[in-house]
Amino acid sequence: MKYMDEYRDAKIARGIAAEIRRRSTRPWVLMEICGGQTHTLMRYGIDELLGKSVELVHGPGCPVCVTPLEMIDRANALARRPDVTLLSYGDMLRVPGSEMDLFHVKAEGGDVRIVYSPTDAVELARNNPDRHVVFFAIGFETTAPAHAMAVLQAERLGLKNFSLLVSHVLVPPAIRMLLQSSRNRVQGFIAPGHVCTIVGVGEYEELAREFHVPIVVGGFEPVDLLEAIRLLVVQLEEGRTEVENSYSRTVLYGGNRAAQDAVERVFEVTDRKWRGVGEIGSSGLRLQEKYAAFDAERLFGLQDVRAEEPSECISAEVLLGHKKPTDCPAFGTRCTPEKPLGAPMVSTEGACAAYHQYRRHLVTL
Amino acid sequence: MQPITNIDATSLPSEGAIKIEIKESAGFSCPVPLPAGGRVLLGHGSGGKLSAELLNDVFLPALGNPVLDRLEDQAVVSLNGMRLAMSTDSFVVKPLFFKGGDIGSLAVHGTINDLAMGAAKPLWMSVAFILEEGLEMEVLRRVVASMQDAAETAGVQIVTGDTKVVEKGSADGMYINTTGVGLVREGICLSASQAKVGDAIIVSGMLGDHGIAILAEREGLKFETEVRSDSAALYELVKTLLDATHEVRCLRDPTRGGLSSTLNEIAGSSQVGMELDEATIPVREQVRGACEMLGLDPMYVANEGKLVAIVSAVAAEPALAALRSHPLGAEARIIGRVTKEHPRMVVMRTTFGTTRIVDMLAGDQLPRIC
Repeated sequence: MKYMDEYRDAKIARGIAAEIRRRSTRPWVLMEICGGQTHTLMRYGIDELLGKSVELVHGPGCPVCVTPLEMIDRANALARRPDVTLLSYGDMLRVPGSEMDLFHVKAEGGDVRIVYSPTDAVELARNNPDRHVVFFAIGFETTAPAHAMAVLQAERLGLKNFSLLVSHVLVPPAIRMLLQSSRNRVQGFIAPGHVCTIVGVGEYEELAREFHVPIVVGGFEPVDLLEAIRLLVVQLEEGRTEVENSYSRTVLYGGNRAAQDAVERVFEVTDRKWRGVGEIGSSGLRLQEKYAAFDAERLFGLQDVRAEEPSECISAEVLLGHKKPTDCPAFGTRCTPEKPLGAPMVSTEGACAAYHQYRRHLVTL
Repeated sequence: MQPITNIDATSLPSEGAIKIEIKESAGFSCPVPLPAGGRVLLGHGSGGKLSAELLNDVFLPALGNPVLDRLEDQAVVSLNGMRLAMSTDSFVVKPLFFKGGDIGSLAVHGTINDLAMGAAKPLWMSVAFILEEGLEMEVLRRVVASMQDAAETAGVQIVTGDTKVVEKGSADGMYINTTGVGLVREGICLSASQAKVGDAIIVSGMLGDHGIAILAEREGLKFETEVRSDSAALYELVKTLLDATHEVRCLRDPTRGGLSSTLNEIAGSSQVGMELDEATIPVREQVRGACEMLGLDPMYVANEGKLVAIVSAVAAEPALAALRSHPLGAEARIIGRVTKEHPRMVVMRTTFGTTRIVDMLAGDQLPRIC
């Protein structure tokens, strides 16, 4: 596969890893933000390749994982309604709410379907005027433009039977919260390439300046990630704290203006709860007042569905990089991808699930 | 993967291949329990861990007997000194027609391949149709003609059958069940429990063709691809292999759940580990591309015309040569070996020289979102 295999080349990867080991004078603590990056690191065993030169901790960037419990409960409540068809990305169906996941709601007769694109949901609403179609719009800055476009498209078509259940979160406020914590250990960040493709790198420059921390925008293939790690190590060794873009084949400095416009037209910034972390101020998006007619929470009066997260799961510690998944006493025993105790074990992009799926053989359970 | 969401009790492992010891830890209770076993989920038909649970919790406690309990792809029973193999399979594939085959040819190949994996020459088959009211007669005719074609090519006779019609909306066009009976080759006994440390692991060709060909035709997912289903009858390939060496321990066709599920089943049954060499896993460029786009791993995608052979180390090369001498095995490869380390786990040696687990699927393979 062209433009893919080059970034999975074993010889190049080993070369970069060797340089990282050579340059590193102590085990720098680095965090990749995005769950997709976590997945790649585990799948290719990058941690094994780097040895003790770098300690990788895994950030809160799995959108499926951080979607709060009460939003899953709201989705379940919607899916149980006989007049509603609930659509979502596949991974979302397996995330446990307070009582059950969407797969179980489906098995009990709920009309729950998996789609790849929110515009498919608009199409479905258009073709089924007697059903109310709700799209469970989760994710970071990456998925927001597509969700905004779906709303604009539905508006243009004059659809009255389409709405979004919005649970959007934003990356920079989460990084800020991490850096403000007195327990923070992270010395450098790999910024999420897909998010930066949309929003650009400006916000990350602010973070780097304010907190004196190096940030490198990274891609998702092993060579991309190794190169980002190398740039971070070099910065740390030289005492620099800049933003560098190692994913310039995709990320432009200013991001994607058209996508940003769509998001700005439809959404506005709001406080959001993050599963396993808690509420973070101004860390999410909601539909603007003028698009209230497309807001499933308002249409179906779901604002009052609330759920308290159980305190036993250490997912906050994991999502914030204080602990490794394998530090959890339940890892691989009472908490597995089939029976997840908490958010990061649910999706393959969650840190716990990635460890469980790929690295279990290196751990003594 | 859910091209075929059937439940095939005979092809499932007795337990999730990787059993994890449960340790008690004080003050750590399960905060978000899923209701245990209240309803059947789609994942119960995926051939992964949920399917294994269904087998252990529902089917075996009620139906278990010495033949069924062996959990091979086929039952082998003795009658008047002859060993007969028997296997059954249901087909609910959607769409009914796809590149490289249809539900009819698949219903023949699926069942007789399960016989072939037990070194049995398939002889007779039954076929049962469940038809949805309103199905076009022409569609049924095409499927039946395709079945006859597949059976004739494989040298199998369809000797009995049944038809039921259900109300519109109660079935997706048609479902087919087939059962096959075959004669096990003398002096040969293949089993998933016979893999031994040092054995070679061979696959007969490119992985994931069937699953991708089906997905490409799925509603809401349609994409252009040249990939054709690999659906094919495998007995002749098996015969060529068994003629060449007596050191074959186990044969399996990695259908639903893909190669990973099959290898995990064998590793579990034989209480051994496996190490695969990532660079040798044969996957077509187009399949890799489609998997990349859909967020799938070819190791979990269904095949309908491939086999996995576990053979002794000394027989590895002759076995490979024999497979390659047959058109259906022309792209066969040795992909790994059976190990003493990490028993019941399949581990991949990556192209980077690192290692990772190749796990059994927890439920259906789900598309990732970003």
